[in-house]
Amino acid sequence: MPLRGLGSLIAVNLKLYVREPIGAFFTLAFPVMLVLIFGAIYGNEPQEMFGGYGSMDISMPAYTALVLGSVGLLGVAINTSSYREAGILRRFRMTPLRPLVYIVADVIANVLMTLVGMAGVVIFGSMLYDVRFEGQALSVLLAVTLSGTSMFAVGYLIAGVAPNARAAQVIGMAVLYPMLFLSGAGIPLEIMPDTIKTISEYLPLTYAVRLLRGLWFGESWGSLLLETGVLVAILAVGTTLAARLFRWE
Amino acid sequence: MAAIEVEDLRRTYGDVVAVDGISFEVAEGEIFGLVGPNGAGKTTTIECIEGLRRPSSGQVRLFGMNPFIERRAVAERIGVQLQESALPPRLRVAEALALFGAFYRRRAAIDDLLGQLGLTDKRDAAFSKLSGGQKQRLFIALALINRPEMVFFDELTTGLDPQARRSMWDLVRQIRDRGTTVVLTTHYMEEAERLCDRVMIVDRGGIVALDTPEALISKLEVDKRIVFGVPDGQDVGYLASLAAVSHIEQTDEKVIVHGHGDRFASSVVYALEDAGVSFIDLRTEQPNLEDVFLSLTGREIRE
Repeated sequence: MPLRGLGSLIAVNLKLYVREPIGAFFTLAFPVMLVLIFGAIYGNEPQEMFGGYGSMDISMPAYTALVLGSVGLLGVAINTSSYREAGILRRFRMTPLRPLVYIVADVIANVLMTLVGMAGVVIFGSMLYDVRFEGQALSVLLAVTLSGTSMFAVGYLIAGVAPNARAAQVIGMAVLYPMLFLSGAGIPLEIMPDTIKTISEYLPLTYAVRLLRGLWFGESWGSLLLETGVLVAILAVGTTLAARLFRWE
Repeated sequence: MAAIEVEDLRRTYGDVVAVDGISFEVAEGEIFGLVGPNGAGKTTTIECIEGLRRPSSGQVRLFGMNPFIERRAVAERIGVQLQESALPPRLRVAEALALFGAFYRRRAAIDDLLGQLGLTDKRDAAFSKLSGGQKQRLFIALALINRPEMVFFDELTTGLDPQARRSMWDLVRQIRDRGTTVVLTTHYMEEAERLCDRVMIVDRGGIVALDTPEALISKLEVDKRIVFGVPDGQDVGYLASLAAVSHIEQTDEKVIVHGHGDRFASSVVYALEDAGVSFIDLRTEQPNLEDVFLSLTGREIRE
């Protein structure tokens, strides 16, 4: 069976994720903290600037993108490179496990963790601020998967380029942290000056924020072709490069 | 048919020749040891057999298959303990065995393996909380999880204390006794001598010698030694005139007599008694694999 080991690997990855405090913090606790803090500061009154939505309404898809970004650019990059550095990948390589199965399991576990992180944001948003959701759940899930896998591809790429786990962490943070502020994932772009809006056009995470936000409030895929296209392109290029640069040791 | 057949295997890395045209076979059910200093080509040889590296030239057959081309089929049937590897720090012992078991068609019962390796009370311990010896035993358990026909142990006992090393040897013998072929590398000559059915001494990418430890030692034309102390510093130089003795080293109160032949020890002791010399702590020293290595390569194995 070509997928032998897939289910067990996914289950183990999820367990390890929860046991790893830093990973669990950025995926599960940090986004909820943002809801609590920024919710307390801005509330959720309808704002003209946000097209009649409240600050918390638009933060739901934005924080989802933030989870995707931190899982992909920090979690995947650091985890993969530290597994390689420690010789964990080397041990896996001795088994009949296919490399592709290893990566697919990692991706699926990360998508699942992202969805849990997103659920935390949405649950707190709904309970405390009665946030609006006007899209189709299935479309949003699809968009989360697309945005997620393209961010993960970039994470594998970082792991492939970085000589060690420490370097992967530095590169991941250097890529992620500016995006937290400049892509609309952490702070709405509406309150930013034009220069920052221009910069945001060049950041991958911006397109994840826009796609998720569009679908969240009922826009159609047809009106989000640019965003979808950019994410698909990142996924394709990222996966191709990451596959070439992937090293077991 | 031999379990492993290696014919004229050569592997280079750029200009560096790691393995220089070696040929040997490993029989089913034996403990086969590769010994030699670091950089001798042991690991490259093993990695070519495991299918991790493609030979630059020559042939490797494992169970009659080309391991590089049929890597997955080979991986199903072998178990590997690596010199340097790790598991996720928070993965628990029993979880690791269940996970690795899921990668194979055949698998051993986890509880049996835990019991056999003395890890039963560590089954819920995280990998990072295990001692060096416990990690090593877990890696052996992982190497056995698919009930392999052949296992590879790379520097199995490095870093273990003498007692743990001995219990590891017992374990390896048990594994062999159950019908599994064992291929191991070591740079402990004592380990190779006590544990291996056959030993291949490698140095600088080539085979220096290949035989049973006993044959390697007996073929060696090296003197036996008798060592004893003379508390009153009496001169025992006359021992050199005995037929079985080749030469003597004497320093104040310690004497080393070099010689050969079956009557070597008894003739020396008899001569000492006869001359009324009071000697203490007399022991004989047999040549060992260290001596074999030294004599064949002209250097110590660890220098």
